[in-house]
Parts: sequence; structure tokens; C-alpha cells
Amino acid sequence: MGLRTPLYDWHVAHGGRMVDFAGWDMPVQYTTIVEEHQSVRTGAGLFDISHMGRLSFRGPGSLDLIQHVYTNNAATLQEGQVRYGLVCNDRGGIRDDVLVYRWPTEYGMVVNASNREKIVAWLYGSMAGRDVRLADRTLDTAMIAVQGPAAIAMCQDITAFDPAKLSNYYAATTTYRGEPAVISRTGYTGEDGVEIVVDKTQGPTLWDEFIARGAKACGLGARDTLRLEAAMPLYGHELNEETDPLQAGLGWAVKFDKGEFRGKAAILERMNTPRRERVGLALAGKRIAREGSAVKRGAKVIGVVTSGTFSPTLNKTIAMAFVDPEEREIGVPLTVDVRGKDEAAEVVKLPFYKRGK
Amino acid sequence: MVPQDLRFAETHEWAKIEGDVCTVGITSFAVEQLTDVVFVDLKPKVGDTLKAGTAFGEIESVKAVSDLYAPVDGTVTEVNKALAVDPSLVSAEPYGKGWLLKVKVAAGAGANLKSPADYESQIATQGH
Repeated sequence: MGLRTPLYDWHVAHGGRMVDFAGWDMPVQYTTIVEEHQSVRTGAGLFDISHMGRLSFRGPGSLDLIQHVYTNNAATLQEGQVRYGLVCNDRGGIRDDVLVYRWPTEYGMVVNASNREKIVAWLYGSMAGRDVRLADRTLDTAMIAVQGPAAIAMCQDITAFDPAKLSNYYAATTTYRGEPAVISRTGYTGEDGVEIVVDKTQGPTLWDEFIARGAKACGLGARDTLRLEAAMPLYGHELNEETDPLQAGLGWAVKFDKGEFRGKAAILERMNTPRRERVGLALAGKRIAREGSAVKRGAKVIGVVTSGTFSPTLNKTIAMAFVDPEEREIGVPLTVDVRGKDEAAEVVKLPFYKRGK
Repeated sequence: MVPQDLRFAETHEWAKIEGDVCTVGITSFAVEQLTDVVFVDLKPKVGDTLKAGTAFGEIESVKAVSDLYAPVDGTVTEVNKALAVDPSLVSAEPYGKGWLLKVKVAAGAGANLKSPADYESQIATQGH
């Protein structure tokens, strides 16, 4: 039996097909993945993301500790601002991709469920006498994402603070039914929307309110097809301890001029060596190119697929892959070996999907 | 309730035997387990020999790929070409327009397959 979020009973009672994900029992889907995916692109989808790690940093050494392990610049965050960045090992490989939140008296960090314990240990190991009280709030809280063009409007009068007032990648502390809550204009789908943190006892009530307003429950299956269309990387696929941020196309999240951080020197060194780089692929047929499939130009293997799926929005098969740097040219005919058969493919610009303004 | 005029393999293929013609497909249970069918790969050509229990193709959904297993021995007489254009027919009409193959069979073909009641017992315990 894995860890269970505060919404576990709801998932099971409503037909959620439960699987183990990073040690948590999570729903892959309730109806069909395509239906759940489309509800996010056209209306509002609801995701239980309580399994993600929620850490808090209090004390005068907090910013310094974060700056020491984080590739982006946390020092330039405004209050309520949220910023994406990487945590790297000393070889320049990625230990996790994270969001950092700046609050009046503390910092927050949201980490992947699969890396929670690893990152907590890394933070303690990196502390070096800094005055920081680090707390893992994950098991005390619930986190729910509402994503889609109808999401913001659907949030009216749920939390005291109206997220329509938030800019993209900003957050606010507020209340939900009188209790402390956090609402951020962030997400992992490529649509507008929010992520809300409440005390675990309030998770089911908050979830039920959004369901009553017409949000459609979505599982991990749709979460994957949505993020892949938006070309957002997934740890364990595009990102891992042997891959550096630049080859993953995340150079924008690395600020070399902000000072020292763990992995900085190694990332700079790796820039001098050609290594495979992330690209998007569109396939001609409908067979899905899954993780591990070889990417070829003629007989030559030039790369490997890290994520692949069917894109309901584009009605085609898409993938992200890491290919030899000289093979990044858009439109050149390639193939992907899908279970022994070479499927026609070509490099395309990322993202595959971008929401309208 | 599964259609009562069919016989069933444990691997969720069905066989409709009418004289020496056997139509093969997959059950609504299989389709409900899969959801999100994106591709059906039927490997046999007309005239090929089919051997019961061997894989004759794949059905691919967003989440996974499953093999298709021949429920009977025989010779392939027809392959459902409509599925190359619209694989969702398998989900929409697993016992109708979503059929997979037609096979010429000998007398007694399918005798070892499950009855509707036996297959229903099987899927009742499998559940989801």
C-alpha cells in the first residue's frame, strides 16, 4: 500500500484507476484520458497534486540556502512571485525541477513527489551552518490544480483572494473557509489556472466544491498528455541526474550571473562538450513512440525518445527526444524504432501546443 | 452481458462461428480496460494461416500496447481494413463494426473456448 492523499477515497469511489506513482496511490484516469485531456483544453480540469512535495524555509539563512542549490535567481523574486528552476548535483546533472515561492516571512518550494526525500536530504546536506528551519509540509496539506480556460472564473468566491487578480506565476496567501490557504497562478498543462494548497482536512471539501461547479476530475494519464503537448519536461524522462539543464533546453532557468550554486562549474564545463539535446518530434503514423525508442537517420542511431504519446489536441503522435546536436534541424526526415518497425518522424519546433492569448 | 452467440478466449478475444466462417474480435471488457485506442495493427494477410494462441497483432492505447491472440486455428479470409482508418471502431462497436479478422475454420473450431457464462465469471473476478 502506497501513501494516500486526502482525496484517495474520492478517487476510488469515482472510478479512478489507481496505480503506484512515486510511492503514492494515484488515479491514472476516471473515464478516458482523451476526454479528461480535452476538458482541460476547453473547460476546467481538476487534478489532485497532493503527492507533490511542499517544503518551507524559515530563518535568515533561507534565501542563501535556496540560492546555493537552485539554478535560477531567487533573490530577484517579488513577494508572492513564483519561479521555476533546477536543483543540480555537483556534476551538473539535474536532481529535480522545482518552483520557488517568495512570501513575506518565508520561502516555499514545490518539488516532484519522486524526489521529495532526496531533495530534503540534499537541502540538509547543503545547509553548512546557515540559520534555516526547513519543514516538509506535504503530509499535512492537500494540493489541487484547476486548469483550463474556465478555471479562473470557476474560482470566484472559493478562496478569499480572487486569483483573477494574480499575474502568471504569482501567488497569494489567503483563506479557504476561514483557514490558511495558498493560491498560485501556475500549472503543468499549458492552460491558465491555479494550484491551491489547503490543510489536508479541507482537501475533500475543496475538491467537492470544484466538482460541483463542473470541473472534470483528471488523472495522471491526462496530466502527461497535457504537459507533453506543452513541451514541459518530466523528471525521470527529460530530466535526470545525468542530464544538465542546457541540453534539456532549460538554459532560461539558469542564471550564471547570480552567484555560486551547486553544479554551476560543471554545467559551464559541460557546455564545451557536444551532448544530445532535447527536441520535439512529430510522427507520421499513429503508433506511439515510447520512452527508450531509438531515433534514427537512415541506419544511424542519433538519439532516444524520452516521452511519447498521442496528442488529442493536434490529433497526431508526438514525442520529446534527445538527439545528437547536429541532428536538430527542423523538417529533416527521421525515423523512430517503435517495437522493431521504423516509423517516419521529423523534428518540430517546441512547444507542440501553445494556448491562445 | 456479453453476446450469447459468441465463444471467448481468456485473453479477451471473441469468436463467432457460423459454419466454416469465424469472425474474431475483442470484447467490450478489453476495450473498457484499454480506453483511448489509437492504433490497431493486424499483421495477417488474406490466405495466411492462423494458429490458436499465437499473437496476430497489437492494439495500442495511449497508455499501453496489448497483443491480440488468435482464438482459433484457420486461414484468414478477411482483415478489417476500416480499422486502419478509424481504430476507434473497436471501442465503439467491439462486437459489430470493430471486428478484426474473418477466418475459415474446420469443424469443431472453438470448442475449447469459454462459453459466455464462463467468460462472464472470469471478468467478474478480474474487475477494475
